[in-house]
Amino acid sequence: MTEHLRLTRRGFVGAAGSGLVVAFSMARADAQAGGEADVTSTEGLPGSLGDISQLDSWIRIDPEGAITVFTGKAELGQGIKTALLLVAAEELGVAPGELEIVSADTALTPDEGYTAASHSMEESGMAIRVAAANVYLLLLEAAAERLGADISELEARDGEIRGPGGTLSYGALAGSLDLAVAARPDVPLRDPSDFSVMGGEMTRIDIPPKVTGQPIFVQDLRPEGMVHARIVRPPSPGATLTAPNADDVETMPGVVTVVRDGNFLAVVAEREWQAIQAMRALEDAAEWETPATLPRQSDIHAWQRDNVSEVGTVDAAGTPEVGEARSVRMTFTRPYTLHGSIGPSCAVAVMEGEDLHVWSHTQGVYPDRAAIAEMLGMEPDRVRVSHVQGSGCYGHNGADDAAADAALVARAVPGRPVRVQWMREQEHAWEPFGPVMSMDVAGQVDEEGRITDWTYDLWSGSHVARPGGANKLLAANHLADPFPFELPDLQIVPPGLGDRNAVPLYQIPNKRILWHFVKPMPMRTSALRALGAHANIFALESFVDELALVAETDPVEFRLRHLQDQRDRDVIERAATEFGWSQDPLPRNEGRGFAFARYKNLAAYCALAMRITVEPETGRVRVHDVVAAVDSGEAVHPDGIRNQTEGGIVQSLSWTLFEEIVFDETRVTSIDWSSYPIMRFGSVPERIDVHVMDRPGDPFLGTGEAAQGPTAAALGNAIRSATGVRMKDLPLSPDRLAATLGV
Amino acid sequence: MATGLTVNGEAVEARSDPDTPLLYVLRDELGLNGAKYGCGLGQCGSCTVMVDGEAVLSCLMPLLTVEGREVTTVEGLGTLEEPGPMQRAFIAENAAQCGYCIPGMMMRAQATLTANPDAKEVEIRQALEYNLCRCGTHMRILRAIRRAQDEMRNATEEA
Repeated sequence: MTEHLRLTRRGFVGAAGSGLVVAFSMARADAQAGGEADVTSTEGLPGSLGDISQLDSWIRIDPEGAITVFTGKAELGQGIKTALLLVAAEELGVAPGELEIVSADTALTPDEGYTAASHSMEESGMAIRVAAANVYLLLLEAAAERLGADISELEARDGEIRGPGGTLSYGALAGSLDLAVAARPDVPLRDPSDFSVMGGEMTRIDIPPKVTGQPIFVQDLRPEGMVHARIVRPPSPGATLTAPNADDVETMPGVVTVVRDGNFLAVVAEREWQAIQAMRALEDAAEWETPATLPRQSDIHAWQRDNVSEVGTVDAAGTPEVGEARSVRMTFTRPYTLHGSIGPSCAVAVMEGEDLHVWSHTQGVYPDRAAIAEMLGMEPDRVRVSHVQGSGCYGHNGADDAAADAALVARAVPGRPVRVQWMREQEHAWEPFGPVMSMDVAGQVDEEGRITDWTYDLWSGSHVARPGGANKLLAANHLADPFPFELPDLQIVPPGLGDRNAVPLYQIPNKRILWHFVKPMPMRTSALRALGAHANIFALESFVDELALVAETDPVEFRLRHLQDQRDRDVIERAATEFGWSQDPLPRNEGRGFAFARYKNLAAYCALAMRITVEPETGRVRVHDVVAAVDSGEAVHPDGIRNQTEGGIVQSLSWTLFEEIVFDETRVTSIDWSSYPIMRFGSVPERIDVHVMDRPGDPFLGTGEAAQGPTAAALGNAIRSATGVRMKDLPLSPDRLAATLGV
Repeated sequence: MATGLTVNGEAVEARSDPDTPLLYVLRDELGLNGAKYGCGLGQCGSCTVMVDGEAVLSCLMPLLTVEGREVTTVEGLGTLEEPGPMQRAFIAENAAQCGYCIPGMMMRAQATLTANPDAKEVEIRQALEYNLCRCGTHMRILRAIRRAQDEMRNATEEA
């Protein structure tokens, strides 16, 4: 049987995989050099192919047969390049190692907006898959013509097509292919039962260079003639520079120049250590006015409730009325939370003549380019932004701001590449934080143990303030002629933002979910992995356990009672079974907890259980084992899914157990790893098992953020099980837990 | 004034000011990438290298304190073409997400296993307490180190 005959024309999965629009998707059809795609033919094309349909935007084959895959998505350490290569290799009928992949560069790749919201497989993965299937079909058609054979007589293997009349390599066929054409939506995709690489295991392509010291990070770039810059940030968000007093610094060894524009102050030096010494000297010399502009930290949740700009209804049904009998009322809170990249943000930029080139670990090269161009008053096509990996970002961290810093300094030293490296205290104090949230939940169950009424009130500001314009860049806010920060408005969209996962999937006849939107932003906040889902799922799934107690029902059984969707049920049952969930008595101070969510209520499903011990005297929590089940649809790279899920579990344990940004009325005071502790090896679980559900043929479902919420809630539920105490304020730190237990 | 030291087996005359932390000598003068800047405060371990076989935080160590000593970075454990046992183990376990902290982890583990080839899990965890990972790759890092430990022990037994 030939390769072609084994293809099946099954229904197109694209529509289901990409049908939901996210507010900050910025894909544009015209952004790529080299062609006007026939926009009339894009109907039915999945993922980003709907915006950029021309095949050579995604795949090119040179005359030697070398195949290059292009993606607008960026490798953030989530392993996306490897997963995309697997998809392309499968449809093209070649080994993944035969392919090159080029990612996120405004001069080279399609504009796929941001690499965010766990969308890359749905958007870029589906685009590349269908583009590759198109290219494969064109190769077969070209070979059939050259060999005088019928397509059904051809067999493709290892980059060659064999037929009765001979064998042709992809390279030999490449010359006669026109890939400057729009993709067709009706090409056959390979059937999962015939997959040779998708769904299999593969070494992540970026790991060997990372463990051998290759220059793979933006921090490692050293273009000829590069100088080192450091920014002297204001001592507080509301500070004004009154006197830079830079004279003595300008004469320090190696110092090239001091750059000042309003409250933006930077030093440039030949060597890195010289730049750091000059920065420290300038920090000491410069004079600032530093007014107290922040609410008191202890009042922050009350302050939010006093500063509501607008109330949005997220979801409503029936007439929710929570009475007294069989009811529960609780308030949950989350503090400002840090992305906390281990490597502080960094960027390299060079201004040559009228052209600026910036290398950045941004999540969105095109939006970052637009913002930088606006800040500098340049045409966007004179600015090129190339993605180079940085330390993991987990959302909108300082990447874009460091890119803007580098661009500003590069303009001051034209012709010389400038490397800007943020210092640790700058990353801790100036990255956009994950927002403060508080949630009032009330619910009631009937005599049969079913939830009848549910109200949920969320107080939170915006969770998305990424650059789209210069006003979202930190340095642009600091200029003498500033781009004042524009506060985002309330947005209620299907995947949710601050309200992400605020709507329970459980069947509840009477419910009302409101977002009390707080527009003023005393601290700059933006997207932190999972957005509102971390705290909303913590609240919702903690609360469901409380209602299960009222209903005197096992929490797993209680969840299943309220769910009809088979995939919801499957993932819960799998996690419970693999964990060995039961109500058997546990040793003193030991507890077990369970939680479930479908990320955004439309992406990957995740259920998990954990077993812990609480040390009442110290409040310390020891996590013994965590067992998770994940349904990501068709699993392209199962080990990648496990890696992301294990990471999500550990990171969420860290957020949930330890993390809280500390500030006084003037400034952030948690500016290092001692004042903002995160999880260390001594506290990580003894064991984490992640089980990936087998879903051949189902649409890809974004996975990277699916574990954040369920982990937090399962931990809270396990503490409840161990101690009888419901912890409602994050973090569940040893001090807080010990104080609550009052031993 | 130059400072003489050995880096990954090669004699080096470093020209940086003797007060310069070793991290900047390695990265900025010698062009090595393995040691990473993470905090400059000795709190995160990204800059971990070995000096005379012991794991140290290169961001806190002035150049003059390593004069005449032997410095090993992750580049000294093997190459892309011929990775060493610790590197092979991290590759085999896909033990990285962003990978920024990983060279520091590997150097800490290398030093731990060099000093104690039979280090138990609890001792390895204790040694790694200095090193932060934000992606949550901890379980894989531990698996990779155990794999490297097995490979190193087998190699010793065969020898």
